[in-house]
Amino acid sequence: MRDRTAWTWHIAAGVVILVLLGLHMAIMHLDQTLGLFGVAGAEPVDWESVVARAGSAFFTVTYVLLLGAALYHGLYGLRNILLELNPGATLRRAVNVGLTALGLGLFVFGTWAALAAPGAAAVGG
Amino acid sequence: MAGTGPRRVTFRLRRFEPGTDREPRWEEHRVEVSPGMTVLDGLWKVKELHAPSLAWRSSCRMGICGSCGMLINGRPRLACNTQVAELGGDVVTVAALPNFGTVKDLVPDLGSMFETHRDLMPYLLRDDPAEQDDPTREYRQTPGELERYLQFSYCIKCGCCMAACPTVATDPHYAGPMPLGQAQRYNSDSRDGGFRRRRETLSGGGGPWRCHFAGECSQVCPKGVDPAKAIQLMKRDLVVDLLRLRRRRPPAPVADEPHGTPREGIAAPPPRTATAEG
Repeated sequence: MRDRTAWTWHIAAGVVILVLLGLHMAIMHLDQTLGLFGVAGAEPVDWESVVARAGSAFFTVTYVLLLGAALYHGLYGLRNILLELNPGATLRRAVNVGLTALGLGLFVFGTWAALAAPGAAAVGG
Repeated sequence: MAGTGPRRVTFRLRRFEPGTDREPRWEEHRVEVSPGMTVLDGLWKVKELHAPSLAWRSSCRMGICGSCGMLINGRPRLACNTQVAELGGDVVTVAALPNFGTVKDLVPDLGSMFETHRDLMPYLLRDDPAEQDDPTREYRQTPGELERYLQFSYCIKCGCCMAACPTVATDPHYAGPMPLGQAQRYNSDSRDGGFRRRRETLSGGGGPWRCHFAGECSQVCPKGVDPAKAIQLMKRDLVVDLLRLRRRRPPAPVADEPHGTPREGIAAPPPRTATAEG
């Protein structure tokens, strides 16, 4: 991927994080304020609320999107820091491959966790 | 009575003689300073009275040519444009610009900067070479179009921005604020049609993507140019182009033939210089 494309995705991921993290903050920490507008439901950290969100397709998609955006944004920034240490060509490639593998691995694991959560919640409940 | 005698200042100079010195060394010389005296004047005095072999690069003495960029009291500045009095204190520390090699003493090796500058084609790229070689009239440009690049055209290529840039200090692949600012200067020029050709280089590792927006380049520029802004504008233009949202426009055409009654009292232009072909 050329630097221009990678940087554009970095900015796009930042925007996604801004929106989805804002949503997360509103739901988890501003429930009383949202209550004033008649939006909030039960206490967000109650078991029932957690299970309800885990079973919702909207929240599952949101979690996976936020995970992907945060991983890409953070690892791209880490890559820039590492490349500024001026590694040689081999080490440079290793940084690129290593961080891509790490990001993909964490994304797959996180996505699996988000998708498996409803089933796990049912067993736990 | 204190303060009535001539003021004396110590010039602390970093010297380096290639082939002789393995490491740079520091030398101190005390010289008398007078009001209005620049660091460049001080260097001439040191050379005349104490260190005849001291080397630096300078030419115009008026902040135009960009030759005398140096690290003065820890900040990249033009020696001809910096008065000793404005620095305060009794010691003026002078070294060659950092982030470059050193040719000798205070002379930085600016070769790599100018190579990168040249690679980014800092000139009008158009498809009318005949008009460019032998212009018939000027290209049409509105004052608004001029404003888009005017401040970037004040760059004198002194290298102060490159010396102040933290990314240039650590990343040899980064083109740096001067070449990037100048590429943006031409990309923003309505007479230019070279965006796509410059894009090939700018979209890759040599482009603006490693800029942290520290802004030091703009802070130290002795001509008040804002290369950090140029780099952010360049990022925007390149991303907008990637998203295929960039409006394509042909380079500005040659201006129309002047019409109306010629004004009286204006001297005719001098005859054109004959070319080698006659």
